[in-house]
Amino acid sequence: MKGRRLAARFSFNALMIGLSVFMVLPVVYMFNHAFKPYHELFVYPPAFFVKDPSLHNVAELFWVTAQSVVPVSRYLFNSLIVTCLGVIGVTAASALCAYALSKHPFPGRGLLFSFIILMLMFTPEAVQIPRYLIVSRLGIMNTYWGHLLPLMALPVGVFLLKQFMDQIPDALIEAARIDGAGEWRVFSRIALPVCMPAVVTVAILAFQNAWSNVETSALFMQDDEMKTFPFFLTTLTSNLANNVARQGAAAVAALILLVPNLVFFILLQRKVISTMAHSGIKE
Amino acid sequence: MWNRIWSFRISYLFIAPFLSCFVLFIVVPIFMAIGLSFTYYNGIEPPRFIGWDNFQYLISQDLLFLKHALPNTFKFAVIVGPGGYAMSFLLAWLISRLGRRLQKWVALAMYTPSLTAGVAMTIIWQPLLSGDRIGYLNSLLLKLGWIDVPKLWVTDPALLMKSMIAVTLWSSMGVGFLAMLAGILNVDPVLYEAGRIDGIRNSFQELWHITIPCMKPQMLFGAVMAVVTTFKAGAIGVELSGVNPTPEYAGHLIVNHINDYGFIRFEMGYAAAVSVFLLLMMYAANKLSWGLFGSKGE
Repeated sequence: MKGRRLAARFSFNALMIGLSVFMVLPVVYMFNHAFKPYHELFVYPPAFFVKDPSLHNVAELFWVTAQSVVPVSRYLFNSLIVTCLGVIGVTAASALCAYALSKHPFPGRGLLFSFIILMLMFTPEAVQIPRYLIVSRLGIMNTYWGHLLPLMALPVGVFLLKQFMDQIPDALIEAARIDGAGEWRVFSRIALPVCMPAVVTVAILAFQNAWSNVETSALFMQDDEMKTFPFFLTTLTSNLANNVARQGAAAVAALILLVPNLVFFILLQRKVISTMAHSGIKE
Repeated sequence: MWNRIWSFRISYLFIAPFLSCFVLFIVVPIFMAIGLSFTYYNGIEPPRFIGWDNFQYLISQDLLFLKHALPNTFKFAVIVGPGGYAMSFLLAWLISRLGRRLQKWVALAMYTPSLTAGVAMTIIWQPLLSGDRIGYLNSLLLKLGWIDVPKLWVTDPALLMKSMIAVTLWSSMGVGFLAMLAGILNVDPVLYEAGRIDGIRNSFQELWHITIPCMKPQMLFGAVMAVVTTFKAGAIGVELSGVNPTPEYAGHLIVNHINDYGFIRFEMGYAAAVSVFLLLMMYAANKLSWGLFGSKGE
């Protein structure tokens, strides 16, 4: 009996690992592709794994970037600032709003929530021009505000956090209030820690949004000095990807865009897979 | 009334940072776009009010929309929406049953594909699905003897949609998946013990009677996200086939149609009208999923 159990467990694990490998194959391929020398990039039959890894593509990308008028470090610096502030700002603003939406019966909350859901559904393509008008009217073109403020409005974050905060028993909040905790304390000491998995998920989402965001650079920044690194890379690769010559460099560029997302996710993932049960909350 | 509002001043303080950005960069632009949908606007001359003309043209004469964009979007959404949602939930559930150490890595593996938007998508899939025998998939299938001639995965109109659906499903374990995974792991273990005492025998009963009712908010979030991301998909066809518009409009979705009118033909008013139409479609699909997953009285 025990042996059969073990065998079932083993095959289940094996199945899941197999599935995982299948899912990441294309990404593994991307990693390999980035380090293939030219003669391997177009070889027949195509090889999935790199045989003779070289940094040639990386060097080529550096060579291309060195031609740019604005130093690449400037783009990197912009990206770093926008991403750091973006993650903090988005997570804080979303959490504050979600907490009030979930636990405060203020007038207009139903309306606000249905608006958030509704606006989630509008395609960003159609609002580019009105957004442009607003940003220029606010006078935040070519400033970091122009990058940050549009990012701050992340309805998904509020929606996600509200769904989790709804699960916090009202009794717990009430108890804290009776003990004399103010709203800020209830929010920072109870609501946030209990919803850590959701807070972290929003942070991950905000990171991806901020890091890979090219829209604000394309629309609101005329100064090349204010544009971000991903925007710079996409301008390079949009001419590269379709022809043979710079395929390798394009693959490296895509990899550079992908890796920070992965790293940030791996760093925070432990918190996503932690449970409310650890904080001793029960209905 | 004002007293009531004043008594909740702290709540308004809490929502203020988000609300101000939300109104400025989302609500106002969307209302401007809705306003534009009743005009002829080419981005140079001031908008000219034309009433319902855009909408009339859209649902009666725009052949590209009626013959390609609309049916393609339906086909795409019907498979990718529920399919991606079911996959996310099922995988989240399976992952929750793994051991702790494995859990971490499998979750990472499932989530990684959703990170490959934009450029990475092109870099990965164009060589893999390339139509000649150098394409990795073709090369593999030829070697296995499953096909005799290389298939044009992304340039044959009959196959493009299938490739789009497959690739989108592959990358559909995004934020909805993470939320559902966290939701499942959040279910109080005491409830499972109680369930066992009450006569729950297998894991499927457990899933149905305990896990799902306990994570309704996350299920709802996942469902809404599935609807939204599915209908908002558009770039995928162009990214895979490498041409815009896609071959014989086989991968032409409503979002492509919006881009086409907005940024190629510069008929912004009409593009806005199509977006409003898309919003209405999404709203309907959402109502449906809300009806399925929302608990009563919410």
